[in-house]
Amino acid sequence: MYAYIIRRLLTLIPVLLGLTLIVFLMIRAIPGNPAHIILGQAATEESIEALNKKLGLDQPWYVQYFKYLGGLLTGDLGDSIRTDSPISEQIWPYLAGTIELALVAMLIAVFIGVNAGIISAWFQNSWFDYALMLLALIGVSMPIFWLGLLEQWIFAVNLDWFPTGGRDNVRNPVEPITHLYIIDTIIQGDTEKLVEVIRHLVLPAVALATIPMAIIARITRSSMLEVMRTDYIRTAKAKGMKMFWVVYKHSLKNASIPILTVIGLQLGLLLGGAILTETIFSWPGIGRYIYDAINYRDYPVVQSSILIIALFFVLINLIVDILYAIIDPRIKYR
Amino acid sequence: MKRGKRKWLFFLLFLFLSFALVACSGNNEKAGGNSDDGKDEVKDTPKELVFGRGGDSTSLDPGATTEGEAFKVTVNIFENLINFGEQNTELEPGLAVDWNVSDDGLVYTFQLREGVKFHDGTDFNAEAVVVNFERWKNGNAGTSGDQTPFPYYQSMFGDNIEKVEATGEYEVQFTLKHPQAVFLKNIAMSPFAITSPAALEKYGDKINENPVGTGPYKFVEWQRNDRIVIEKFDDYWDSEYPKIDKIIFRSIPDNSARLNALKTGDVDLIDGINYSDVAAIEADSNLQIFTRPSMNVGYLGLTTTRGPLQNKLVRQALNHAVDKEAIIAAFYEGYAEPAKNPMPPVISGYNDDIEDYPYDLERAKELLAEAGYPDGFEMELWAMPVPRPYMPDGQKVAQAIANTFEQIGVKVEIVSYEWGTYLEKTAAGEADAFMLGWTGDNGDADNFLYTLLDKDNIGTNNYTYYSNDELHEILVQAQRVSDEEQRVELYKKAQEIIKEDAPWIPLVHSQPLLAGRADIKNFLPHPTGSDRLHKVEFGN
Repeated sequence: MYAYIIRRLLTLIPVLLGLTLIVFLMIRAIPGNPAHIILGQAATEESIEALNKKLGLDQPWYVQYFKYLGGLLTGDLGDSIRTDSPISEQIWPYLAGTIELALVAMLIAVFIGVNAGIISAWFQNSWFDYALMLLALIGVSMPIFWLGLLEQWIFAVNLDWFPTGGRDNVRNPVEPITHLYIIDTIIQGDTEKLVEVIRHLVLPAVALATIPMAIIARITRSSMLEVMRTDYIRTAKAKGMKMFWVVYKHSLKNASIPILTVIGLQLGLLLGGAILTETIFSWPGIGRYIYDAINYRDYPVVQSSILIIALFFVLINLIVDILYAIIDPRIKYR
Repeated sequence: MKRGKRKWLFFLLFLFLSFALVACSGNNEKAGGNSDDGKDEVKDTPKELVFGRGGDSTSLDPGATTEGEAFKVTVNIFENLINFGEQNTELEPGLAVDWNVSDDGLVYTFQLREGVKFHDGTDFNAEAVVVNFERWKNGNAGTSGDQTPFPYYQSMFGDNIEKVEATGEYEVQFTLKHPQAVFLKNIAMSPFAITSPAALEKYGDKINENPVGTGPYKFVEWQRNDRIVIEKFDDYWDSEYPKIDKIIFRSIPDNSARLNALKTGDVDLIDGINYSDVAAIEADSNLQIFTRPSMNVGYLGLTTTRGPLQNKLVRQALNHAVDKEAIIAAFYEGYAEPAKNPMPPVISGYNDDIEDYPYDLERAKELLAEAGYPDGFEMELWAMPVPRPYMPDGQKVAQAIANTFEQIGVKVEIVSYEWGTYLEKTAAGEADAFMLGWTGDNGDADNFLYTLLDKDNIGTNNYTYYSNDELHEILVQAQRVSDEEQRVELYKKAQEIIKEDAPWIPLVHSQPLLAGRADIKNFLPHPTGSDRLHKVEFGN
């Protein structure tokens, strides 16, 4: 098992290396010169030339690439072109914002999605099953942008239950320690602020959870249906076991491998793809950071942030693979 | 294993319920008043203002940045030698109480305000001015060995400032290489605000995150892409200001979400109002609309080096084929006026005698026939992908223009690119006709006519590749003449030449809109887009 983990971690190196090259070339393939965009109205021929030189953009791409790689090896993610500050100093608060949002969204998605899927499978072909699956279909096809604004309109503007956006109440702000605000407020023992933080999380987390929730519900249902038709489930029912335990204990465990796979994939997607939610709810997360960076051709920020998200993605996959073996003893890694 | 699973389920259930509970209790607290611990009076007469805006600052070092969002914050932390007027670009005393110019227009002497302190407690004096100007001129040579002048310094002064000297504790003298008419207006621009020399020394490269100025507000905190907090500076030289204790700038990128935040009271004041939301805001008695005086122009550039557009008559014909009034009524809710010149009327030197090409499709067709295109031609019309202060919806306005163009036989294909690509390609002269605009930096005609239409700026801000030697002579002369009347005459003449050559179809001068709580007083949006907030207060 450990050998397997180490092997998997080693294969990360070529994967991430290849990724740096692809991202590096892709962002440069987009027309648009960072110097021109950054200088904006103050652009003169001299100042564009000077800025290009200062940023090292006048050198051939392979020189730039190897310089960047060299920096990465020493743990230097580079400097943001746009803000002229080291990325490694800036990136954590954004990342923490997205991680907190994605985890809460995933919690909602898993809790509701898995249960809805189970109940649908349990009462297959009932009106309840149809209703849930219809909802799931709507959920999968929901435009998040629209859903977010609708949520704001109903629950913030009209009902005034939740704030419209941001991570905390700016008039009574959280003092960041880890930048994971739930943890920070718990450390500080400030329940009032904890409540504020959770209130700020609800609307964006629900919006972000919608699609994964629907996908998880559908996968759970189909996976459960498959398992519930097997002989050992029939045996369990025959010996008079309560249906609840048949479903939640015997079936769910055996149906959980595909569910886990989807959860892992979706969590990875949420980390990098929360940009619409982050925009609507003015959430200072990594998605918006990258989006802004692409608009400004802030090459180092795009490269390094995507690298980090990719790293998370691969690590989540690894964890999921390990969980397989824990859940299902038939799966063994050598 | 069995127990383990059940525990896990219970844990999830518990989390879910606590969520629901927390959500409800949160609501109750809010309904019961301000959730701030006992500071109930805070809600009645707030001493802090939350300003919601579209983007975050890139830097808090005004000299180093070129982005409008950055200046919105720095104008409240820093001050210039000279200020612009409250809602115009007239010159008023700032850190300098008085100034005079030598007869040859080469030496400017400023008398500085005494008793002014930087936020770090050090004194403001002539030496501080010298340090700042040296820094902008030489780049970060001292800290990072980088000798590139700061971008706005280079763009506004070039290498014209020969030297800056402290001629007394509170007197500073600038010597120029040749007379520069816009020198004083440039001095008043937001990037040329004075930073504490002690702070420059202390923070080095990190000065962009640690601004120390003399302004009414001092810097407290910056959480990127989220908020910037500034607080009343108690030792501000004008003890009457600022009125509000604390200002929080929040970045809320989506226009509709920002308006929602204003409606719920999460923020107090917002910019970037969609013109289509005006009616709803006006109907809400808790809110008010603020208009920013126009100092911009939105235009359709006609690249003078491409196809039929090389012909002046064709460009004039297209000028006849745009119904500006209809565009304003449809897309600006009336908050704009039709443009006939490349610069807005508030700017000195505006030629009001010029008659615009009237909307006249028959005349347009005649001109096209005269130019040798009786059956019209085909071209691309580029529409910007993002809303700008002067252009709320590029795609739709382009569609409206395309409709009237097609009536004179000019078949138009509307093209759009992502914004960075768009700018790059238009600057490279790849577009036929393209939409763009400009907001004035210093309120001077030079900053419109020379910057946007002189042949010197082809490849940077002259996107149409328009080149006219007579115009160039006039514009360069106007830069060096210091007699205001003579300059006005020169710029009026310049506008005549531009009108005749028609490299642009000037479309509109728009009034960007803001909205805020109904009880906000003394908020005067500035035409440059950088609002000084020291006079703002709440009250009825």
